Amino acid sequence: MAINTEKNSYTVIFAAIMVVIVGSLLAFIASSLSEKIGENQRLEKQQNILYAMGVNENVDEGSVNFVSTDKVAAEFEKYIKEQLVIQGDKITKDDNAYLIDLKKQETEAKAGNVRKLPLFVGEKDGKTYYIIPMRGKGLWDAVWGFMALDDNMVVQGVFFDHKGETPGLGANINQRYFMDDFTGESILDNNRYVGISVAKGNNDPINERKDDNAVDALAGATITGDGVSAMIRQTVNLYKPYLETIRAKK
Amino acid sequence: MALLSKKDTNLILDPLADNNPITIQVLGICSALAITAELKASIVMAISVLFVMGMGNVVISLMRNIIPSKIRIIVQLIVVAALVIMVDQVLKAFAYELSKTLSVFVGLIITNCIIMGRFEAFALANGTWRSFLDGIGNAAGYGVILIIIGFFRELLGSGTLLGYKVLGDPITKTGLYAIGYENNGFMLLSPMALIVVGLIIWVQRSRNKALIEEN
Repeated sequence: MAINTEKNSYTVIFAAIMVVIVGSLLAFIASSLSEKIGENQRLEKQQNILYAMGVNENVDEGSVNFVSTDKVAAEFEKYIKEQLVIQGDKITKDDNAYLIDLKKQETEAKAGNVRKLPLFVGEKDGKTYYIIPMRGKGLWDAVWGFMALDDNMVVQGVFFDHKGETPGLGANINQRYFMDDFTGESILDNNRYVGISVAKGNNDPINERKDDNAVDALAGATITGDGVSAMIRQTVNLYKPYLETIRAKK
Repeated sequence: MALLSKKDTNLILDPLADNNPITIQVLGICSALAITAELKASIVMAISVLFVMGMGNVVISLMRNIIPSKIRIIVQLIVVAALVIMVDQVLKAFAYELSKTLSVFVGLIITNCIIMGRFEAFALANGTWRSFLDGIGNAAGYGVILIIIGFFRELLGSGTLLGYKVLGDPITKTGLYAIGYENNGFMLLSPMALIVVGLIIWVQRSRNKALIEEN
């Protein structure tokens, strides 16, 4: 017997069954893979933090290669000496500070609560690195990153990434030639915390000037560049009280 | 008996050239303009569309006799969206790096008019095997054009291919840059992709006069 697919009752039943089948299928896939996906995201955060302080597997001057996933947990343990959570005046040690979700903390701050600011203290070749995580807005979606500072507030390395910037343009914030420009720039200008701006047309394509608090912008990606500048400025402002204590200790 | 009859072979080969979804049917142009600034992105997009369109055509073809015609477009959308989410989740779990590149394009795959077009025009009226071939053929036709555009845009716009510097180093002035070559930044902007598509259409039609429409 042929089914009458034109009847309203058939349409409703068909739609209901389809939603249930597709919904359960997707829910099953999502829940069975969620542990593996979570693990990948945790390892990625550790890789990013290590990359910012210069622990990587780059083979030439153009490549961005993180510490491989099988080694990253051990390397993270080796290089990151302290993970701190700054909440107002309170500073606590927390071995899972790298898992703090900056987006959630931003919502907390908007709701009037004091946000938790994670900070990582790394040590490599006898030198101390203070690694600050950051999050901001690009042209299409979120941009985020990590910036490693020494106790003079000079950048030792950065890592940036994005969710949906334009491929070939704003998406290039995670490329070596852009990130490497930040190394050596200071976030201080005459003792004022100004961050680093991504400047257009500053006639410094290979970023030889390290005293101008600016790096050369990406062509065709003005808004992503402005987003990165704003993200650094805002984050530096948030961490200013703690950064002051580092400078005072010196 | 051969695995593919002549008709079946045509299902795969036609969309590659004489009935190409981008250059002849002028579908899927938006994503071809948006994501082809890099060759890698073009390749990833081509592979994902190949999977989604092949599987989607099979699913729609299997259900073609029971889908109520009133809600067939919604059913097609649900099928393509579910497939795209599945691909994305599996990649996130087993090929995390690739999934980060792909995630930008998920929305674009769901809204790709070629996919909905093939569901509507072919899978709803044909058997499973032929629908599968049609899906693969059209996705390959789309992918070929994407890869050609991505190749020229990345090569002329950034001087690289898949991230490797093939024309030399623009900063230290080696290779072609030593004799005064400059990257063409315009290649990285979407309008240039449209011009490249136009050039491909021009080349294709001048080689095969049968494709030129009579007024």
